[in-house]
Amino acid sequence: MTSVQAHDAMTSVLAKAQPLLAQQPMTRAEVLADDPIWLILLKVVALFGFGVIMTLFMINWERKVVARMQHRTGPNRVGPNGWLQSLADGIKLAFAEEIIPTSADRKVYWLAPVISATPAFVAFSVLPFGPQVSIFGEQTYLQLVDLPVGVLVVLAASAVGVYGIVLGGWASGSPYPLLGALRSAAQVISYEIAMGLSLVAVILYAQSLSTGDIVDAQRNGWFALLLLPSFVIFVVSMVGETNRAPFDLPEAESELVGGFHTEYSSLKFALFFLAEYVNMVVLSGFAVTLFLGGYMAPWPISAIGDGYFNTGWWPILWFVAKMMIFLFLYIWLRGTLPRFRYDQFMRLGWKVLVPANLVWIVMIAGVRAINTSTEVTTGQKVIFGAVAILLIVLLSLLIPERRIEDDDSVPTTGGGYPLPPLDLEVPKLTPRQAALEKDERRRKRKERAEVGAGSSTGTDATGKEADDGNV
Amino acid sequence: MTSFSQAAMVLAQQGGEDVVGTGEAVAFWVLGPLSLAGALGMVFVRNAVHSALCLVVTMLSFGVLYMVQSAPFLGFTQIIVYTGAVMMLFLFVLMMAGRDSADSMVEVLRGQRLLAALFGIGFATLVVSALARSLVNVQAQAPPDPYDAAGGGGAGGLGRLIFTEFLFGFELTAALLIVAALAGIVLAYRDRREGQKRSQRELVEARFRGDYKRRSPYPGPGVFATGNSVATPALLPDGSIARESLSDLIESTNTARLIAEHDRVLGSQTEHDDARALLGGESGETGESEQEGEAK
Repeated sequence: MTSVQAHDAMTSVLAKAQPLLAQQPMTRAEVLADDPIWLILLKVVALFGFGVIMTLFMINWERKVVARMQHRTGPNRVGPNGWLQSLADGIKLAFAEEIIPTSADRKVYWLAPVISATPAFVAFSVLPFGPQVSIFGEQTYLQLVDLPVGVLVVLAASAVGVYGIVLGGWASGSPYPLLGALRSAAQVISYEIAMGLSLVAVILYAQSLSTGDIVDAQRNGWFALLLLPSFVIFVVSMVGETNRAPFDLPEAESELVGGFHTEYSSLKFALFFLAEYVNMVVLSGFAVTLFLGGYMAPWPISAIGDGYFNTGWWPILWFVAKMMIFLFLYIWLRGTLPRFRYDQFMRLGWKVLVPANLVWIVMIAGVRAINTSTEVTTGQKVIFGAVAILLIVLLSLLIPERRIEDDDSVPTTGGGYPLPPLDLEVPKLTPRQAALEKDERRRKRKERAEVGAGSSTGTDATGKEADDGNV
Repeated sequence: MTSFSQAAMVLAQQGGEDVVGTGEAVAFWVLGPLSLAGALGMVFVRNAVHSALCLVVTMLSFGVLYMVQSAPFLGFTQIIVYTGAVMMLFLFVLMMAGRDSADSMVEVLRGQRLLAALFGIGFATLVVSALARSLVNVQAQAPPDPYDAAGGGGAGGLGRLIFTEFLFGFELTAALLIVAALAGIVLAYRDRREGQKRSQRELVEARFRGDYKRRSPYPGPGVFATGNSVATPALLPDGSIARESLSDLIESTNTARLIAEHDRVLGSQTEHDDARALLGGESGETGESEQEGEAK
């Protein structure tokens, strides 16, 4: 519902930007706003198909790669080399029996998977897949819309998409999904801030919020190289935003059964699944657009034939190939890293990613201001740099030295896990043990005195011991 | 699409005149009632989460209305900030409070109704006067061009205005937010003095130093157990009961009976060797201070 409206709004906004007289070369947005309705429908269908097919492919690829990493075979029964396994699973899932818990809030329970899946597809609309091409004689760009705020569309879509997870967990009416939903809510609030901040540097350098302009701005160098810290933070928060391992706390299988989707089955569960994978694809594409030069060919290829491989339909190949790198990264992370504990995860978000990002933004804003200003001479720049380095060195002196370990602590060898050293001397009694020992002795003495008083013999002693047995 | 572009052309030609395009009108008549319904629903729906959802609908409609008004930046920011972050926090709190928790009928704040009525009337006056003024006095302007990165309705123009003309108001709002955030931190802060609660590492070290009788956790249900409840005692490989797994705190376990049974099975033998393997103590009769140690 909202997606349709949003689309209407987008197109109307676009239409307004369209000039009456198109004498100068049309901009990307103008060309796209000029698309006939059949072309728009074609693009929408193509994007939807791309999302679904990528999902089916990703599930299979993930299973195969993870299997390989664990020295297993992975799916190899359905279709050639098992590549149709996820399709078979999907069909099965669609016809599976649907079970709705009696304690579920039916309306919200029904709505949640839809809210989860729709925004994921909406975010596809602003990703530029390629430059200007001709489709059935119509000049157009391989992109659905080019909004002046395209970057924000992806952020907004992921923000709305989380509602599906949170509401699904709440509406299920059982504790595990609720815990998953709570985690998800906290997670998305924390990591969206980190993600939004990591975009600031890119926007600063591209001077635009539009995805198409950002790709064009990377003609001379990828932002991943120029803005490496932003790139790293974006990739970390991207994994956090999609609830994937090692940040898959909302559905932590070993703690929360299935997390937010524990009570879901059949098609509704399939929708959650679809949403997760489409989100992965979208954010991978987004990362490519922002940091890896979008659909442009990588360097040695881009130099061939005066940029021939950056024209026509070729760029789709580069875009998808770069996207695959990120998708593989997702799988690799899942196969390698254990899940974060919740507090560690929050600490990483709020105490590492956000502050580091803020410092970095201030730094590049300063550097840019100095670089673009005409009044600053090279000599002054050198002095600025020297002062900055001096300040950093002075500040580093303020960092307190590592606390010296007290001699009382248990010696550890390797890995931080306390292990007895080879030359272990069994320690003498600690004060506490000594006190306990004393207590013990006093009690024994008392007991002996009682026995001496002549009440009974051995059996009583064992009975006493049974009472003392630890609990 | 064609109707939209026609409307846009009409709009572009008319410039600053007071004309509403077809697309805009359609969007308004769809979204206006929707946002109103959402707002009313928020007030009247019983369930707190449903109420929050109604508010989400209103906010989303507003966001789309902004976009239709050639302010896409504002529209998407509205969706990201209000729908994405603020309402998510609301939902978070509502879920923490519990699914079926009803509103308390006891008023905690004194004079709340009076203040609410006063502020409500004041706010209504403000809104009505602003609306009246906008209908009478204000000249309609041509919509700013959102594609113009430097000025106009995009992020650039907004940023310029915020940091020049409206700087004072902006800084004031920022100060208010910072004060609110600090207040939140102060209210929620709990002083954890050192030594009050040991960290995982400190606890491990204390265990290995020997401050506790037992270095490992208590035994779980075990391989031969028929259930994994804490009320079910753990079984040792010979089928006897691991006495460490019996808890005084759990009433449903008949601890006395099980201990007696344990002793009967073992006969005169005081302890099973394996059962004591994980205990730090030398012999079997060191267990009584265990609870004390763990409680510390």
